[in-house]
Amino acid sequence: MAAAVRLALIVLLLLGPGGWGHAEPSRDSLREELVITPLPSGDVAATFQFRTRWDSELHREEVSHYRLFPKALGQLISKYSLQELHLSFTQGFWRTRYWGPPFLQAPSGAELWVWFQDTVTDVDKSWKELSNVLSGIFCASLNFIDSTNTVIPTASFKPLGLANGTDHYFLRYAVLPREVVCTENLTPWKKLLPCSSKAGLSVLLKADRLFHTSYHSQAVHIRPVCRNARCTSISWELRQTLSVVFDAFVTGQGKKDWSLFRMFSRTLTEPCPLAAESRVYVDITSSKQDNETLEVNPPPLTTYQDVILGTQKTYAVYDLLDTAVINNSRNLNLQLKWKRPPENGYIHYQPAQDRLQPHLLEMLIQLPANSVTKVSIQFERALLKWTEYTPDPNHGFYVSPSVLSALVPSIVASKPVDWEESPLFNTLFPGSDSSSYFVRLYTEPLLVNLPTPDFSMPYNVICLTCTVVAVCYGSFYNLLTRTFHIEEPSKGGLAKRLANLIRRARGIPPL
Amino acid sequence: MAANSFRSRALTALAGLLALSFGSLADSRIEDQAEQFFRSGHTNNWAVLVCTSRFWFNYRHVANTLSVYRSVKRLGIPDSHIVLMLADDMACNARNPKPATVFSHKNMELNVYGDDVEVDYRSYEVTVENFLRVLTGRVPPGTPRSKRLLSDDRSNILIYMTGHGGNGFLKFQDSEEITNIELADAFEQMWQKRRYNELLFIIDTCQGASMYERFYSPNIMALASSQVGEDSLSHQPDPAIGVHLMDRYTFYVLEFLEEINPASQTNMNDLFQVCPKSLCVSTPGHRTDLFQRDPKNVLITDFFGSVRKVEITTETISLQPDLGIMESSNKEDQIDEERMEPLKYAEQLPVAQIIHQKPKLKDWHPPGGFILGLWALIIMVFFKTYGIKHMKFIF
Repeated sequence: MAAAVRLALIVLLLLGPGGWGHAEPSRDSLREELVITPLPSGDVAATFQFRTRWDSELHREEVSHYRLFPKALGQLISKYSLQELHLSFTQGFWRTRYWGPPFLQAPSGAELWVWFQDTVTDVDKSWKELSNVLSGIFCASLNFIDSTNTVIPTASFKPLGLANGTDHYFLRYAVLPREVVCTENLTPWKKLLPCSSKAGLSVLLKADRLFHTSYHSQAVHIRPVCRNARCTSISWELRQTLSVVFDAFVTGQGKKDWSLFRMFSRTLTEPCPLAAESRVYVDITSSKQDNETLEVNPPPLTTYQDVILGTQKTYAVYDLLDTAVINNSRNLNLQLKWKRPPENGYIHYQPAQDRLQPHLLEMLIQLPANSVTKVSIQFERALLKWTEYTPDPNHGFYVSPSVLSALVPSIVASKPVDWEESPLFNTLFPGSDSSSYFVRLYTEPLLVNLPTPDFSMPYNVICLTCTVVAVCYGSFYNLLTRTFHIEEPSKGGLAKRLANLIRRARGIPPL
Repeated sequence: MAANSFRSRALTALAGLLALSFGSLADSRIEDQAEQFFRSGHTNNWAVLVCTSRFWFNYRHVANTLSVYRSVKRLGIPDSHIVLMLADDMACNARNPKPATVFSHKNMELNVYGDDVEVDYRSYEVTVENFLRVLTGRVPPGTPRSKRLLSDDRSNILIYMTGHGGNGFLKFQDSEEITNIELADAFEQMWQKRRYNELLFIIDTCQGASMYERFYSPNIMALASSQVGEDSLSHQPDPAIGVHLMDRYTFYVLEFLEEINPASQTNMNDLFQVCPKSLCVSTPGHRTDLFQRDPKNVLITDFFGSVRKVEITTETISLQPDLGIMESSNKEDQIDEERMEPLKYAEQLPVAQIIHQKPKLKDWHPPGGFILGLWALIIMVFFKTYGIKHMKFIF
């Protein structure tokens, strides 16, 4: 009895002055999402997005209570009167040709662009202070942003959020391409998330896997958005995005089988308790193309179809807040397997061995219709031994022509030929199929100009060496081995005496 | 009667003995507390860890610094009290076969980079000027808190430097150097500004002992990995990574620190014995003449750990609801109802508007003094030559 009274009293005490506890609705909400996209080149892209929406006008009221929205960024918005902030750190380059269009691309290095409110008087001073503060928050060298690398775009970079005026005087844009992204930038980025890296999708964010990628981009976007459909008041939206592309050969060991564990070395166990939505989307658009089927394990409960970036796409949806998704094993490890028909193509390559055998490359390809297929091989030109050159090396060396053997579908069905009855020109190739005919074509031979040495050089070298040896060594040898004797001039030989006779006859002095 | 008095005397004697023993016990406890009070005179700990080398083959210097960072964090100094300066990025270097890792032991046993690292000064920011500014506190306005050394006169600071050095200098990033005289003067400035209580300076470079020769400020203890004329050698290469992973001195210091926990009582004399010549090949040196306390009374955790004096209280404090916020939120909803026109998003690529926008005129500045003077000169010459009567054509 007394205990019940005491309990009632305690409950009353809690509810009385504590009525404010659940009368005020929570003003911010978190949505987290992960999109896994198998790319045409065999790699897989993963895009995380964490969106915190805060229904508050930061400029009008004094804010002292931060719940999900990080205080570090909320104070930035009010202190520097920001309208929008976009900051990204990227390592690598998004290869659109191989991977398709990205959701949101960012330049390599660090990029910061900011729209200030029109109440700011000295935009340049605020810009400089803001970049210093951000360099402290994100452990990056953003303090190197100054007037030498800041521009004011006049046509591009319109605000991505609500804006009542777009005077480009309040926009600043800077890029630091030399900026390195590493764990020290990821750590503060993760600490801004409401669930940090403890629950929800952020448990997958392990640095040693995220940086072993072809492309890594993490970004912070702050902008005002409409609070409701009538759009009469604003909310502040903070989006933290992280895109990575896992390389098929580096991470996947050449196979196109992907799973959350292989990508992140973690699996999902529970959604973030603070999140209103926590979903994983897997792109299964190309699941029925190219004779390959993409199998996603565990099978999705729902799918989502929409036109994304101009094409119709289908996504398999896994809602972590749905208890059926995380099953009895208490973890979710999505697996993507490609099942392709076994005969796809054949490649045989036998590399050359010097002075033994040539290169041999054989490929069996299925050419898609109405297309151009190019096959190219790179080679390097090397020097041969000087005896291996032909007498006319400047002519070049020939590479044998390539052979193309093809089964061409014929427009008209042909009937099987009788070899003895039909003319000779129809019985060159044995035709087995009536719907296609066999043809063998050849390309031109290739004439390659190899680097040619100067063949007169051996002769030149021999001459020069011999001359030098003869002159130098010979002189030394002579000096060292010859002895000099003084010689008496002889009285005169026969020729001298005859010459003196003739000179006397002429009357000139003798020799 | 005699027995009674004997018993009472015995009792009083026993009581007196007990009182004496209690008194001595209490005294010794007070003495312990007093000695503890005198033993550690600092209230907070800071660490400044600097790696001054750039390029991939200087991996070991970054690994040195990160291993000290790891030990210091493990023993309790928070990131907000550590200023970590790394002159190059090894973890995410394109040549690192295991990205986002920096290993200290071969066969990749220990990743000292970890998952929770905050580098305050990195890459080109590690310069002699920035280092001296951090030490003396004269940082440019607008420097964020994480890049400042906000120590006071009761702070114990650990300063660890590694890189390539010589007799009397330490090389920063292959482009500049700091001399031992500059370093000594910086420490003297710190002492004059009362920016430290005690300072421990550790340096792991070739001829490291030359860097502490010139110190003249009190309360500084210094350790170096090699004497003047000796080179500090690196420990072991890893065949997969391809470079030497650590320097010998810091490797053995790391192994020594791994045994320390925040409550351990190991003192500085043990740190002086780390890495004898047989292991280190060079002779580590130390300097304690400027230090007031005896090194055997100085705990390792005085510099590598963090002092947190926690007082437990049983009082309860009840928080009052802030009615101000509730009222303002109600008001705000009403104001929002009255806003008439809806807001809209800006068009991302308004072609017509872009084409027809006038290019922003540069702000007009009035002509400067030189131009004005030049024009005044020209006009004066004109009127002197042709006479003042031409003025009437102007006015």
